[in-house]
Amino acid sequence: MWQGIYEELRDHGFVILAIALDTAGEAAAGAFARAGDAGALGPLAKRIMGWSDALWARAGRPTYPCLLDEQHAVAELYDITNVPMAVWIDEEGRIVRPPETAGAFDVVRHIDVTTFGIPDEVARQGEESRSHYVDALRDWVRRGRRSRFALSPEEIARRSRGPGEAAARAHACFQLAAWLWRHGHVDAARPLFEEAVRLRPESWAFRRQKLAVADAAAIGNFAAGPEYWEAVQALGDRPYYVPPDLGDES
Amino acid sequence: MTTLLFDGRTCSLEGAEQRGEELWIRRPQLEAATGWELRTEGLCQGDVCIPVPPGAHWSDAERVSVTDFARHLRRPVLHDTPHDVWSVGPEPGGSRLANGVAPDFTLPDFEGRLHSLSQYRGKKVLLMTWASW
Repeated sequence: MWQGIYEELRDHGFVILAIALDTAGEAAAGAFARAGDAGALGPLAKRIMGWSDALWARAGRPTYPCLLDEQHAVAELYDITNVPMAVWIDEEGRIVRPPETAGAFDVVRHIDVTTFGIPDEVARQGEESRSHYVDALRDWVRRGRRSRFALSPEEIARRSRGPGEAAARAHACFQLAAWLWRHGHVDAARPLFEEAVRLRPESWAFRRQKLAVADAAAIGNFAAGPEYWEAVQALGDRPYYVPPDLGDES
Repeated sequence: MTTLLFDGRTCSLEGAEQRGEELWIRRPQLEAATGWELRTEGLCQGDVCIPVPPGAHWSDAERVSVTDFARHLRRPVLHDTPHDVWSVGPEPGGSRLANGVAPDFTLPDFEGRLHSLSQYRGKKVLLMTWASW
């Protein structure tokens, strides 16, 4: 899908940098990165991720750079709390849109946790949400600053509040935990992962990375045990994926 | 060997010293380890300079105290003593993005080649995060 979008837009001076936030590195993310999004995923994933038939048909092995971020450095620098979140950056290295959900709909709130089935209406909304985001991206790539999806400096500042005191500390804990885990100090890492999640409970990246490395046998798998679903339930009315504010919701 | 985690960078620092609760690193290592440089105005990154407050002592002829600097900005500092790893978190309430400049970073691809965001100047970039989990 992203490969299809890249092929469609690359002649307009466009590139995708895909960042894998994966502390377990190659073992966790390597196969996915090489195969591309369709390679390792089935039709259920298409439905959950909201890809249209047209975009799904244009999946492929990525020819854009796929980078590995074991320390979640990009999450710290850009204050990113979940995947997929994306940032638009222009030719001069200026932010056009700060981090936001890359069109993923809140499907996870409507999913059957055993079959991963979702109702048709939710699937339809998911597809609409994803297509809307991709269309906004196309508009910006073709029109640049004239695109109505290119945000003003004031709006970028308004949307970029930065982490609070506890969240800042959570990042310090998490990156130390990730370093210790990667260097084999698993027991020293564990309480720091826990502390990062406690201090920044809204970061699904912290919570799910913590779960993903807790069991060495499960690395590279979707980390969706009871603790994950309990946390999703605990959201109540709050979204799992905050919808991107594309300025034209009716 | 001392390790410093700072602004998305991971650096091994030979010749670093712990003085009290603070980490003093050799001056030539400062920019690679933190992205900040020592000028007469203070510690600077691009157009932004943080002046050394009156009475504060952040540097000597050999070394700079990166943790005094970080604490001055209210950035959290953690030290794992057994493995000598220092972790500095972001500045609370201070978004790096608010001035509109995309922070640079350098990461490997899955073949080990390094890529920096700054080498894609001249292109529109979709910076997209994903994960196996």
